[in-house]
Amino acid sequence: MSWESALLTSDATPAGLSGPRATPATRRFDVYRNNVMSSLVNAMRDGFIVVHRLVGEEFFAAMATEYVRRAPPTSPCLTLFGADFADFIAAFPPAASVPYLADIARLEYALRRAYHAADVAPLPAEALAREDIADARLTLAPAVRVIRSDFPIYAIWRANIDRTKPSSSTGAQCVLVTRPDWDPIAEPISSEDAAFVDALAHSSFGEAASLVPDLAPIFSRLVARKSITGLEMPA
Amino acid sequence: MKLTHTAVAGAVATALASLAGPASAQDDMEKCYGISKAGENGCAAGPGTTCAGTSSVDYQGNAWVLVPAGTCEETTIEASMTMDDMERMGSLEPLERDLPEG
Amino acid sequence: MLDMTRGHLPNTAGVGFKPQHYADIISEPGAVDWLEIHAENYMGDGGRPIAQLRALSERLPISVHGVGLSIGGCDALDREHLARLKHLNDWLRPASFSEHLAWSSHGGVYFNDLLPLPYTSETLTRVADHIDEVQETLGRRMLLENPSVYVGFDETDIEETDFLRELVRRTGCGLLLDINNVFVSCTNQCRDPRAYLTDFPLTAVGEVHLGGHDEDEDIDGTPLLIDAHGSEVVDPVWTLYAETVARMGPKPTLIEWDNNVPDWDMLEAEAARAKKILSGARVN
Repeated sequence: MSWESALLTSDATPAGLSGPRATPATRRFDVYRNNVMSSLVNAMRDGFIVVHRLVGEEFFAAMATEYVRRAPPTSPCLTLFGADFADFIAAFPPAASVPYLADIARLEYALRRAYHAADVAPLPAEALAREDIADARLTLAPAVRVIRSDFPIYAIWRANIDRTKPSSSTGAQCVLVTRPDWDPIAEPISSEDAAFVDALAHSSFGEAASLVPDLAPIFSRLVARKSITGLEMPA
Repeated sequence: MKLTHTAVAGAVATALASLAGPASAQDDMEKCYGISKAGENGCAAGPGTTCAGTSSVDYQGNAWVLVPAGTCEETTIEASMTMDDMERMGSLEPLERDLPEG
Repeated sequence: MLDMTRGHLPNTAGVGFKPQHYADIISEPGAVDWLEIHAENYMGDGGRPIAQLRALSERLPISVHGVGLSIGGCDALDREHLARLKHLNDWLRPASFSEHLAWSSHGGVYFNDLLPLPYTSETLTRVADHIDEVQETLGRRMLLENPSVYVGFDETDIEETDFLRELVRRTGCGLLLDINNVFVSCTNQCRDPRAYLTDFPLTAVGEVHLGGHDEDEDIDGTPLLIDAHGSEVVDPVWTLYAETVARMGPKPTLIEWDNNVPDWDMLEAEAARAKKILSGARVN
């Protein structure tokens, strides 16, 4: 029994260990096993606080333990640990009774990612006020993400962050994640606005703009959130 | 619908004009509590790590009988769902099924 | 070697930086003369953590303490991680860099704990090679910390103090003496912490750690202490600290408090207690 498998997947104690009076090292080895598992489950709990609130401590600890066993961290930087937790939840049968749970995890991860994203200065308004902007390709700040869901995930997330009354909401929701300064922001946007933001990655500004009925509100939101960081004209 | 260059530039001008003047977009911002703590590395044994804590094998039984029991119980979602979905949402009885081995 | 440092750690008291104390430190650090950060928490692309660290480094000397390099591991050092450390070291130019005599990664999996290794001639060579690689990559001398251990290895045939002394001789590294770890490990192995400290190569010490631990017990009722950093330093550790400082002279001393982190006043009071002991010590 190697230390590695004893730490994550088994309850056996590796050979060659002992306590001070030749006592079996079972309980002493348990300290390491518990450190490994509980520190990683704690990291998941800190990183997915709304998922935790939605399902409760017992279910969350069990689900996160299962996740850690199957997908332990591969990097010593835990800042971004849990990148595929949402996908894990989506394929995790016991969580099927909470069908919006994976999308909530996606939103929480996008916020954490935004918190640590690179700092890039936004373009000044003058750089955007040009007659030929329709031909331009815009670059968004690294923190920006759009999360789409068939469920009202913003309302559910918000109700659990604020610890207000339980959410009672309707409809699908898309959420825009940005980070104007240091604190990430999540806000609901329409599916047309979401399509516009996504299209900026691969289309000209004018092509993306054709996806929204009213360009000004979503555009001013992106500018206010310091999310437009680059503009390039076609050669 | 293809927009003209003028229409696009006009919308941009409108948007930028709406942002001029004192900053106004702060009121609907919200801090995302807890993010700063998430993912911090440490060099100490964390809470719950002593011998009295749980063993990693607590949840490795074959039958998974836990039920989500947090705020999801009071969360209701009314629209954009089929009746099947509604029934599924309402059913929180234990799902006993074998988990594939990891 | 190039001088990659900015400032130096003074022979006074520092604390482990926690983001909730940022405003207190920037306005009035009080008895706290320097700060220590965990390297892995400042390896993101940007955002508040790095901005805060930059601002703090303008104000106080910073010690970078790595927790994830796995210097005591069987595998080769993770080159990507070493590159991240180098990047942090290059832009921050911290006053000190330290890591642990422990392993935390194996076969590409990171276990997020400081795991122990047997002390043999084979592991000695491997750890020395790893330290050489770190010092060459970073272009600076590093400090290596004695671990808290909970189990003994049947294979071990070198005393920890001799193992550390030999690493210093072979690599030129310094040592980070964690007196709480000494107390925890010696208690867990039914050994005398004073004897350990008598054998410890104190001339190589560049920094001291003090922290709190939890108390548990083994199946046979022997005490089992856990290095939890979630409480005040206990009196027996303060006594060992004062005795050690009297022998080796004042050294930069860190209060580590990572779980159940107290408010700034309480943390600063622990630092002030260390500072008082340091100020009463003779200067070598």
